[in-house]
Amino acid sequence: MYKIIKKQMLTPTIYEMEIEAPRVARSALPGQFIILRIDEKGERIPLTISDYDAEKGTVSIVTQAVGKSTMQLMTYNEGDSIADFVGPLGCPSDLCSESLDELKKKKIIFVAGGVGAAPIYPQVKWLKSKGIKSDVLIGARNKDLLILVDEMKEVAENVYIATDDGTAGFAGRATDLLEDLVNNQGKEYNHAVVIGPMIMMKFTSMTTKKLGIHTIVSLNPIMVDGTGMCGACRVVVDGEVKFACVDGPEFDGHKVDYDGAMRRQTMYKTEEGRAKLRYEEGATHKNGGCGCGGDK
Amino acid sequence: MAVNYTKVPVREQDPKVRATNFDEVCLGYNAEEAVAEAQRCLSCKNPMCVKGCPVNINIPAFIGRIKEEDFEGAAKEIAKYSALPAVCGRVCPQETQCEGRCVLGNKGDAVSIGKLERFTADWSREHNIDLVEKAEPKNKKVAVIGAGPAGLTCAGDLAKKGYDVTIFEALHKAGGVLSYGIPEFRLPKNEVVMHEVENIKKLGVKIETNVIIGKTVSIDELMEKEHFDAVFIGSGAGLPKFMNIPGETAMGVVSANEYLTRVNLMRAFDDEYDTPVRTGKKVAVIGGGNVAMDAVRTALRLGAEAHIVYRRSENELPARIEEIHHAKEEGVIFNTLTNPVEILTDDEGWVSGMKCIKMELGEPDESGRRRPVEVPGSEFIMDVDMVVMSLGTSPNPLISSTTPGLDTNKWKCIVAEEDTGLTSKQGVYAGGDAVTGAATVILAMGAGKNAAEAIDQYLSE
Repeated sequence: MYKIIKKQMLTPTIYEMEIEAPRVARSALPGQFIILRIDEKGERIPLTISDYDAEKGTVSIVTQAVGKSTMQLMTYNEGDSIADFVGPLGCPSDLCSESLDELKKKKIIFVAGGVGAAPIYPQVKWLKSKGIKSDVLIGARNKDLLILVDEMKEVAENVYIATDDGTAGFAGRATDLLEDLVNNQGKEYNHAVVIGPMIMMKFTSMTTKKLGIHTIVSLNPIMVDGTGMCGACRVVVDGEVKFACVDGPEFDGHKVDYDGAMRRQTMYKTEEGRAKLRYEEGATHKNGGCGCGGDK
Repeated sequence: MAVNYTKVPVREQDPKVRATNFDEVCLGYNAEEAVAEAQRCLSCKNPMCVKGCPVNINIPAFIGRIKEEDFEGAAKEIAKYSALPAVCGRVCPQETQCEGRCVLGNKGDAVSIGKLERFTADWSREHNIDLVEKAEPKNKKVAVIGAGPAGLTCAGDLAKKGYDVTIFEALHKAGGVLSYGIPEFRLPKNEVVMHEVENIKKLGVKIETNVIIGKTVSIDELMEKEHFDAVFIGSGAGLPKFMNIPGETAMGVVSANEYLTRVNLMRAFDDEYDTPVRTGKKVAVIGGGNVAMDAVRTALRLGAEAHIVYRRSENELPARIEEIHHAKEEGVIFNTLTNPVEILTDDEGWVSGMKCIKMELGEPDESGRRRPVEVPGSEFIMDVDMVVMSLGTSPNPLISSTTPGLDTNKWKCIVAEEDTGLTSKQGVYAGGDAVTGAATVILAMGAGKNAAEAIDQYLSE
């Protein structure tokens, strides 16, 4: 069992949990993810690591309650334990394996979409610990969905905010702000790390391509084991099939087949939707909803 | 006494009924049937069956005890050689091993050694027979990677010799392929697999789940920082192969590993569990091995019209005859000499059909089997909405790429001595699918057993 040491609600639906997992904490690096299972009957849920503390033996995750499992996890509190917590999985960020000299040559911008700020935080923090400065751009639909802004300000050189409705920072999309920074504010970047919903990574990568900025994205496809065994997470990158769990999760943002990846993410939507309904309304949806078969 | 050439038939669930449930297909012998079958054994002075067993079980000895109705004695006789008899009695390919060598097989039916082993193990479980022998502690630590057949066997044997053994398992549950791969209807999980895992724990073996060697901790760290004196790698097969044909990343195309893991390990067939699985109305399983049979029979039980699509003819199917026979009885449709060339999708990206081409057998290839060649112009569309790829696996590089000094061959399998499992790295042994590529449960157990012997010698020097 893995104990929840700390829980914090970042917004009404986004929460951060610090979980006791000493082995994972000792080996974790920025860019990697974990898989957790709430209880004996739960799904295996892949989540990107948002922070880790080897000395304390804890790993933090940030997630949004969107499906049955993430809603159920939100009801867990400090002191409660979950059944399984395994990792670190996937390759660490490429930045971790580059020499200090190489890193110093880079002018790095991190672009976060919504909950994507969470996996970006450890990368920015890691770079700062090496004396490397980087900028962070956080985009969200409105100000209530912005997370980790203060934390990010402590580790980033500049933090820029964009909200679709203009309730905080720049009024518009992250891509618009990025173009504004580069084209009108004299900012210069040669390396972008973009993490957020698949659609946001697709459009941001299109913008960075236009701006000539090398771009890394972090994918979060459907997974089961996370060690390469099942192949559920396969994604086409540069015309080749890759397993996001072992070859990724980070890939060249200009080479990912986003449309294919987005389609595959919906593969279990009906089944997941059924689990969510069952969780919210009880076992009234057995054998396929009303029986008309329309949900199949 | 006259020699009896006809085996006692084993009771099975009716094919029509079992095609709709996940309960075990084979019901096994009862005591009376087991004794009658045991009496057919000639107790050969030079038993050929033992030579056919990868773990050298003294077969005539345990069958002799069954004849005397000493079932506890039979269980103890098997326990000297195998820690997983209830598993092996169910999933070993006996027809090519022990039973394949039985002299009765020359004129009639071989003795049903597998069914007798299963009976003995089940009886012993139902009667709570304690098979644990404790040895003097040796004060030496061995790490075993992977709680599958190779790892469990190696760990059990080393614990019996007094070693302090810890198994590290990547998944949340022990058992390896016994848990995630082989379906409930062939190998009940809670009753059989978990019971045998518990028996191994009773020997003193510790099992740490959720530890991925090569990610969570490396082999060097285990030896240097956690002071393990030797390591056995039994990490299993690895990454599923795909065909690299158009449409393969469509929704509704899954590997057999994913499909079986969702249903077996994650129990997607049970509404109590949150695991989603796509059931499909017409499912094509590509491949002809035992895993393909497991996948297709699973699809059938989840309510689909289930097809095997295999590029050679029925004679070349690599699966066990018993599995093919069971699949046919249950209503699986075999499309042999057929090879997929493209997976077709609808507007949303779901599988809507599969373009196949007819094959015929040509000249023998390097494997000695006749090579399947395409029949020009024979393309046709198969009406399916789900495709399961069961084409074998390639080794997982997680361990080899993070362990300096551990050699792999050109297929990326770990190089290990056949008799001992010793790798190119001192104190590190390996066996099972990680070394051989995908093979059987019993061969992995044999490798685990040999490695335990070699590790004992190494640590006794």
